[in-house]
Amino acid sequence: MYEKDGEKYFIVDSHMHYWNAAPSNWVPGAEQYAKGWIECFHAYQGLGPAETHWPIEKFMAYTEDDLMKDVFQDGYVDIAVFQPTYLTEWYKEGFNTTERNAALGAKHPGKFIANTRWDPRDGDDGLKRLAENVDRFGSIGVKLYTAEWNNGSRGWKLSDPGAYRYLEKCQELGIKNIHVHKGPTIWPLDKDAFDVSDVDHAATDFPALNFIVEHVGLPRIEDFCFMATQEPNVYAGLSVVIGGLMHARPRFFAKVMGELLFWVGEDKMTFGSDYGIWEPKWQIEGFVDWDYPGSEFDDFPRVTTATKKKILGLNAAKLYGIEVPKEYQLDAGEGAPGARDDAVGVSSESPAASPA
Amino acid sequence: MTSSIVGSRILAALAQVRDPELDEPITTLGFVASASLDADGTAEVHLRLPTYFCAPNFAYLMVADAYDSIAALDEVRQATVILDDHFASDAINDGVAARAGFARSFEGEAVGELDQLRADFLRKSVMAGTDVVCRPLGLSPVELAAAKLGDLPPSEALLRLRRRRRELGLPAGDDSPLLIDPRTGAPIGADAVPLHLRKARLTRTSLDANTGICRGMLRHRYTTDGQGEEALS
Repeated sequence: MYEKDGEKYFIVDSHMHYWNAAPSNWVPGAEQYAKGWIECFHAYQGLGPAETHWPIEKFMAYTEDDLMKDVFQDGYVDIAVFQPTYLTEWYKEGFNTTERNAALGAKHPGKFIANTRWDPRDGDDGLKRLAENVDRFGSIGVKLYTAEWNNGSRGWKLSDPGAYRYLEKCQELGIKNIHVHKGPTIWPLDKDAFDVSDVDHAATDFPALNFIVEHVGLPRIEDFCFMATQEPNVYAGLSVVIGGLMHARPRFFAKVMGELLFWVGEDKMTFGSDYGIWEPKWQIEGFVDWDYPGSEFDDFPRVTTATKKKILGLNAAKLYGIEVPKEYQLDAGEGAPGARDDAVGVSSESPAASPA
Repeated sequence: MTSSIVGSRILAALAQVRDPELDEPITTLGFVASASLDADGTAEVHLRLPTYFCAPNFAYLMVADAYDSIAALDEVRQATVILDDHFASDAINDGVAARAGFARSFEGEAVGELDQLRADFLRKSVMAGTDVVCRPLGLSPVELAAAKLGDLPPSEALLRLRRRRRELGLPAGDDSPLLIDPRTGAPIGADAVPLHLRKARLTRTSLDANTGICRGMLRHRYTTDGQGEEALS
């Protein structure tokens, strides 16, 4: 939890990692990809405050103690959601697998939710593994990485028939939350790999599932927003938005937040630190203190304490069925859509203002 | 001709090459690592990108466009453009050198060339440019819907918007409407203006945010300035 000016915030970090990218875990022959991947992540860390930067050696393989201290002890997080990233073509034991995450979670009961994953290119075997993981780790969410390489394939789409089999299986197994991460490669390579229209199709066809588009579809925020406006079960995962822009590009951060509040709405935005890329502490402190930096932002929806409470934890708590102690909940009537109606010139035309 | 003048000619040519996704010259983005021309007319340009995994299709377009721009210079007899430090460097560099086109450079992984992708992103540039041009005007939706390009005060942003529209084959003359659908070229009616402008602003915000992140990543990856990064910005 985090407390500031008498306000109490329940914090759900809905997108974080416990990875092993040490050279000893690199697949022989794929070292350049394993190295390129972690160096790319490390460059993202460079967008946070200088005093939070780590040397690459620590960044490749931070420890359990680092994580528990940075996320829970110093980082105010109440519940953290592990999002696995396998990348087994590049990392021998995987980059961060469900097993690795769940093993850490088992040592700290009540602190973590272990999401799992699937890849439609794994066919029937993958379906079986998914069911096993749900059974073993109690996962109710998955992280999907559409640009992952798999046996010569450079990616897949959520609208592929193979993916629909998995989405059906998710419903059957009780999985509720589908976190989607777009990446730079997809077949065929001449198309835009970051395009989010496949999420649009899947969200329409699977209305009982929630689709949390991580990094708000960056670098296609505009396509994501147009789509999220029309789909009541599409959410904006803010990892990278807060971590990558709030400190490094504060004016762009304000514009992006304004647009997200307008198009997507404060009830469908969720905080994720993306740890170990960025520590949650400075992100939470900075976001609670944040407001638009000037009058030129007057026609964006207002940001209230209730807005921040929802984004930092209450929205994700709903998605994951986390019980929030009463003192952290909003009072009756607090944070109603009226918060958006206060925005100058927005109320009637804001697509986000209409009830989902 | 002194080498610095030749160098600036090469950089000026490279400044005509844009990142199709960010709609900015590769020089000002810092993507030109080095550019040289020998006495015998051999030019060699090295490009660099913010990450090892930047999208290979956009990377290919920049390398191919850079090749075309310097190969067209009178003093260049042989041109080489090399993308450094990228997972698809070999396929891109070899493909551009062989003038093979994208589909053949990525045999089995691509089915077509990149014209459609480029056009999609030009349309985004038109939307973002529409916000840049319209925001300072302070006109009502009815006035904006009636405005022609020739009515507007001259500005860099307006010239750029007209160039982008021309590249797409969209109306760009003095008599053309200021607000058009970037896909069809049809004028935007007054009723549809507020949402059109909202979309234009969002598209600009997205482009700006992406550019900001790319600059930050590049700065972390390479500590040196790119060629022409300051001079031509």
